[in-house]
Amino acid sequence: MGIELLITAIKITIVVNVVLISVAYSVYAERRVSAFIQNRLGPNRVGPKGLLQPFADVLKLALKEDIVPSNANKPIHTLAPMMSIFVALTTIAVVPFGNTIELFGSVIALQITDVNVGILYLLALTSLGVYGITLSGWSSNSKYSLFGGIRSSAQMISYELSMGLSVVGVVLITGSLSLQDIVIHQFGWKWNIVLQPVGFIIFLVASFAETNRAPFDLPEAEPELVGGYHTEYSSMKFALFFLAEYANMIVASAVITTLYLGGWQFPYLQTFGLPPIVTSLLQILVFCLKVAFMIFFFIWVRWSLPRFRYDQLMNLGWKVMLPLSIANIVVTAIVVSLLK
Amino acid sequence: MLETYIPILMMMAGAVAFGAVSVIASKVIGPRNPNPEKLSTYESGVEPFGTAHTRYSVKYYMAAMLFIIFDIEIVFLYPWAVTFIKFEGSMQTYALIEMLVFIFLLLIGYFYMLRKGSLKWN
Repeated sequence: MGIELLITAIKITIVVNVVLISVAYSVYAERRVSAFIQNRLGPNRVGPKGLLQPFADVLKLALKEDIVPSNANKPIHTLAPMMSIFVALTTIAVVPFGNTIELFGSVIALQITDVNVGILYLLALTSLGVYGITLSGWSSNSKYSLFGGIRSSAQMISYELSMGLSVVGVVLITGSLSLQDIVIHQFGWKWNIVLQPVGFIIFLVASFAETNRAPFDLPEAEPELVGGYHTEYSSMKFALFFLAEYANMIVASAVITTLYLGGWQFPYLQTFGLPPIVTSLLQILVFCLKVAFMIFFFIWVRWSLPRFRYDQLMNLGWKVMLPLSIANIVVTAIVVSLLK
Repeated sequence: MLETYIPILMMMAGAVAFGAVSVIASKVIGPRNPNPEKLSTYESGVEPFGTAHTRYSVKYYMAAMLFIIFDIEIVFLYPWAVTFIKFEGSMQTYALIEMLVFIFLLLIGYFYMLRKGSLKWN
């Protein structure tokens, strides 16, 4: 038991650090990619090619004054960014980043924990993400923050429905809620993106809305709402929201990879006859590359598409995505029962 | 079975610690010289008036209520989805028809909601 706890603690430390460093570098990637898309250079002064820019930014934010408006509800104002980062960091716990690896004579599962209701855990935690944003909007006692927070929560709950419904298709095919089982089921070319193309598109669009990324970034629509729900935040509290936003994007990429893009599976890698340790490391690499591609996709979409209007956004969520995801479930169920 | 949740608890403790340490660290190392102007609510440069806790559109409230209803329906779909592939022969057809009835009832509510205009956003 003691050694298992130690291994778990090491895994958690590594995963959290990898996520935080990826956050730093996806901020950098976002600024560089957007710059190249707009024919600019982006940050390239701090360190070689600007690679130290994210650390300079965090250091600068940490050294700033922490301003809490005098009308704000102080306890909740402090609690809200902590809730956001809490949700963003803990969601990754059930995502498998590899199968198993043999190190020092013991087999280690490459996943922090394989909960048998993994998908429910994911959905439950993404729902909690709404609280951080809504409470920050409400507690700041500023009109912009409040409207940013309310818009965001209405948007997130609307798209959560289609998100939850689109995963039902995957569960129907796999017959399990454990994410490791879902990945193992996608061996060879049987990736869920092939078996569930409609579900994939719904899940992808819903994750854009859940993470408040463009084209669904109405909560922080600058021309109307100043900074949205984090208008009244400064210093590390602002940095925590920023971290949480990018960590959510990374987790969403990891979840999309796991559910639809085959997770750590590379078609027929197991049949190549490589030594097991090489296979395991290659699987981790494949997983990281897929996640990196999804992060790039998130950035690419943000700098290519214009923002939705709020009524368009709600109509898309309730009148297109919701019926479509219900139809997807019915069709999947009929096909599953016919093919058996 | 329950021991699979211990890593999650550890992770949660770590995440809380990370948030708390960041907030406290910035309080400790950041400068602190407040003045009334700095601490007032931001309102694009003009004097802030009134409180932000005012009325807002009932539409958001409607969306929240509809969300709760549909979210509960989703919770009912999950156990069915997990066990569906394990049913055999006529039991599976039975399970399928049962769920089609359930989804049909759900759709009646959905179309009632659309006709009532609960989701008109303009």
